[in-house]
Amino acid sequence: MSTPGLALRQVRYENKSFWRNPAAAYFTFAFPIVFLVIFNLLFGNAKLTLPGGHTVKQSTFYVAAIVAFSVITASFTNLAMNVVFAREQGVLKRKRGTPMPPLAYLAGKILHSGLIAFLLVAIITVFGKVFYGVSLAGNRIPAFLVSLAIGALAFSAMGLAITTVVPNADAAPAVVNAVILPLLFISDIFIPLTNAPKWLGTVGNVFPVRHFAEAMHQVFNPFAPGSGFQGRDLLVMGIWGLGALLVAAKFFRWEPSR
Amino acid sequence: MQDSPAIVVKGLKKSYGDVEAVRGIDLEVARGEVFALLGPNGAGKTTTVEILEGHRTADAGEVRVLGHDPARRERALLERIGIVLQETGIEPFLTVEEAIDLYRGYYPHPRSTGEILRIVGLEEKASSRVNKLSGGQKRRLDVGIGLAGDPDLLFLDEPTTGFDPSARRNAWQVVKNLAALGKTIVLTTHYMDEAQNLADRVAIVVGGRIVAVGPPGLLGGTELEQTRITFSLPTGPEGPPALPDSLGAAASGSGWVIVTKDPVQVLHDLTGWALTEGIELVDLSVSKPSLEDVYLQLTGGVAGTES
Repeated sequence: MSTPGLALRQVRYENKSFWRNPAAAYFTFAFPIVFLVIFNLLFGNAKLTLPGGHTVKQSTFYVAAIVAFSVITASFTNLAMNVVFAREQGVLKRKRGTPMPPLAYLAGKILHSGLIAFLLVAIITVFGKVFYGVSLAGNRIPAFLVSLAIGALAFSAMGLAITTVVPNADAAPAVVNAVILPLLFISDIFIPLTNAPKWLGTVGNVFPVRHFAEAMHQVFNPFAPGSGFQGRDLLVMGIWGLGALLVAAKFFRWEPSR
Repeated sequence: MQDSPAIVVKGLKKSYGDVEAVRGIDLEVARGEVFALLGPNGAGKTTTVEILEGHRTADAGEVRVLGHDPARRERALLERIGIVLQETGIEPFLTVEEAIDLYRGYYPHPRSTGEILRIVGLEEKASSRVNKLSGGQKRRLDVGIGLAGDPDLLFLDEPTTGFDPSARRNAWQVVKNLAALGKTIVLTTHYMDEAQNLADRVAIVVGGRIVAVGPPGLLGGTELEQTRITFSLPTGPEGPPALPDSLGAAASGSGWVIVTKDPVQVLHDLTGWALTEGIELVDLSVSKPSLEDVYLQLTGGVAGTES
């Protein structure tokens, strides 16, 4: 079978495994929704002044932010954990002893995490429309989908890259969360950066999370002109994705180290 | 090509940091042969087979597996070998049947799922989840997955460690069935009886070297031809009586031992002397060494015990 064929087959088996672990599946979906509800309860009715002087309700901010957060959770956090656990259990080593190209296996995992990400995004978008009246203009849909795809691919690559510095499964949650949680706080995801010191925004701009968030905010911003494509933000994400891919290709490990 | 050996290893060396795991191993495995690497834990067996499987690279030496260098991990080689590692995981949420199917899909000419289930005796567990299997059943699935590609050469790294005796017998039958199909099998074990029961040839590995190699019946060579005669002497008022030097006895613990190829003559001399002198030979016993004795002697008494 060809590499793409094997990758699609892997997606099918990943999907079976995913739904047969109901607790994990349930919380994968519940997690972003719970965040969306809590942030909106706390800050949703506040007014947020946009750079152009327009104001929107903060719930608009949170729907866009949690869409980005959903993709990061599925493609980065969950993918990294999934790969580290497969490595810990010896599944990766077993795969490596078969003639299947490693790329097919990893592509299968990336595609499956992408599917979960898109399902989550769909749920959040519908939830945002129904409960918070946040809607996406029809002319923004291309930018929305392209940005999501670039985000999912870039964060998947970063998810694979971070497994190279996670020595074993016990260390995985600590390492992965220590990397991603601070970035979520300084990147316009959990809190709007309107009152933050300038230097913090500068730090956030170095990393890809902020750029993904901005791409989503722009897509959902009803006052922004044009199609909503944020070329510069997508470029920064792409560069991070490619860099991560090189790190993963060079340092990926098939066995845990202790 | 068919007559060339399945595996050729020359001067294989591998260190991890300061630890020399393999210190110069030479071996050859013929096609269709069941070859066992027998040795205590930490002897270098697993390192050796993992180099043959392509999971590790050698520091020095030449390795050929079915004509390939396994370190290059060529697909053409990986399609023809089956690997059952010492410790591995299987996707926990798949069923036994799905797991076998998943792995079959990686190979150009897989063995049928039904046949694999039958060979490893898991027909009744076909639709059970992998994470619901017992340890022994999981190990059999390991072997089943190793067979997915219908390999010419199968590596089994400690296939029965942790099994109860009846599970071990079943596993041995699986290996014998595979051997009957003409597969080349390389297995590692620290169980004497396993090597003796399954292997056409056994290599005893100690401290990263092969100290003996041959069919299990002939292993130990000259040691097996020797007979051990042991006894003790009573201590009289003037100390123990002096044994004639011609008997070649050596002190062993509180008694004496004579190792000889000619037990009839030696026993005649010994008992003749004892009768003449009126001395009792306490706990006199005559024994042939077992393969286990040879193994223990070769490994310096650090052989694994059955658990």
